Amino acid sequence: MGKSGSSGREMVTARVVSQEALTEDIYSMWLLSDKIAASVRPGQFISVYTGDKSRLLPRPISICEIDRAGGRLRIVYRVVGAGTNEFSAYRAGDAVTVLGPLGNGFVQKNKKALLVGGGIGIPPMLEQAKQLDCEKQIILGYRDVLYLNREFEPYGTVHIATEDGSAGTRGNVIDVIRKKGLTADVIYACGPTPMLRALKEFAAGAGIECWLSLEERMACGIGACLACVCQTREIDEHSHVYNKRICKDGPVFLAQEVEL
Amino acid sequence: MNTRVNLAGVILKNPVMTASGTFGSGEEYAEFVDLNRLGAVVTKGVANIPWPGNRTPRIAEVYGGMLNAIGLQNPGVDVFTSRDIPFLKQYDTKIIVNVCGKTTEDYLAVVERLADEPVDMVEINISCPNVKEGGIAFGQDPKAVEAITREVKRYARQPVIMKLSPNVTDITVMAKAAEAGGADVLSLINTLTAMKIDINRRTFAIANRTGGLSGPAVKPVAVRMVYQAANAVKIPIIGMGGIADADDAIEFILAGATAVSVGTANFYNPFATVEVVEGIEAYMNKHKIEDINELIGCVK
Repeated sequence: MGKSGSSGREMVTARVVSQEALTEDIYSMWLLSDKIAASVRPGQFISVYTGDKSRLLPRPISICEIDRAGGRLRIVYRVVGAGTNEFSAYRAGDAVTVLGPLGNGFVQKNKKALLVGGGIGIPPMLEQAKQLDCEKQIILGYRDVLYLNREFEPYGTVHIATEDGSAGTRGNVIDVIRKKGLTADVIYACGPTPMLRALKEFAAGAGIECWLSLEERMACGIGACLACVCQTREIDEHSHVYNKRICKDGPVFLAQEVEL
Repeated sequence: MNTRVNLAGVILKNPVMTASGTFGSGEEYAEFVDLNRLGAVVTKGVANIPWPGNRTPRIAEVYGGMLNAIGLQNPGVDVFTSRDIPFLKQYDTKIIVNVCGKTTEDYLAVVERLADEPVDMVEINISCPNVKEGGIAFGQDPKAVEAITREVKRYARQPVIMKLSPNVTDITVMAKAAEAGGADVLSLINTLTAMKIDINRRTFAIANRTGGLSGPAVKPVAVRMVYQAANAVKIPIIGMGGIADADDAIEFILAGATAVSVGTANFYNPFATVEVVEGIEAYMNKHKIEDINELIGCVK
């Protein structure tokens, strides 16, 4: 069931297929929705509604994996408040209202790639890694506890950075890239803003094409409320100011287009 | 069944409109709802020149509502008239343009620019709590309300709606001031100035520190103010504040609103406007109401 937008976005009642905790506060949930699974691309996101009417706004959550044949999609999310806490209690068979797919998603270039994920920015890199057909170095940055890293292994060479040095290289993803001398023709990344800022600088210095997935608090998710803007280098042709909408014009931007 | 209502000579096919700032210029919502079904589309506030808006985070969720401090980001009236008005003209709905400014001259420049455009009404935002100058500075002083209304009326070719702030001691004073200045219609309420503190980051939840509270949480305040204003002035009132379904809309109409606006609900239910239209028709059928005008202000 569901109500359709005319450009392929759907508000649907999806069924929870499965849910598991990956760490103390990061959960993985598979949802059944033929319609969304049919058109969603890596780097896009869905708006997930809570069942509690006192929490009005949907939670924007990135797509971690797509199973088109099975009509399923996977989200991996961190419990940060009451809304995501509610999601973490969902079990197989539960119904959840979802709007999507939203946003532009990653481009996919057929050239040697660095895929970089940091913290809760790691999940959207998994489907991108699966779909890219090229030589891939995958760099994953964590504070301490690892998750999803094993699932990346079939799709490229995985390099790990941890802030506390408990696994892989001590430090951040840039430390790994520099230490191992990793290079590529294109970078795709999602993670905290300081990480994206550092990658943007690195990519500019090395002359590498770089695509960054940004995050900001959102209300509508469809480009109307103007809550989730990012600063742009040039005047944007829609807003006519130095702003783009992360939900609609992004969340993925060419690094040199945005000011971080 | 008659659902048509009259706002200062402008006949709306039904009383359901959009609240400024929650519907863009309709383009983002046209894929979810048929804009032809709406009484009017009220566009996001437009100024004489582009405004960049506030820093992020611009919104925060609160119990039963949300705070916003977008800061009236808009592309300026030139882009608006060349892009947004032609888009809306494709639909059979009334076009109401919300106007913002920092000075009286700013407002007048926009109103003048719109004089020859196919715009049905202008709505003057003297109640935005999120910009330092202008906006609410005009809306909290009855003398200023009357003066700017009078100025706008001198330049406006279309009927003028004055959008009032709830952040005042007595809404009837402001309503009467706008009426005295020559306002054709009043709309209320804009958002309530509010604050949320993030206890984990130990700072304000939004960059502007304060923001405007909207959503179901404000509805009882809004219904009370619409009731008070409707009983204080003779001009029609557009009621808004937390309307999410037809029951909410009818409550405002019974309190004295001639038309109603769906606002924050658009953000969490892009189908909300048409659901309200259909729900009002169902209510009228159920209660055997022949003409929606019978309901306006019938609770005394």
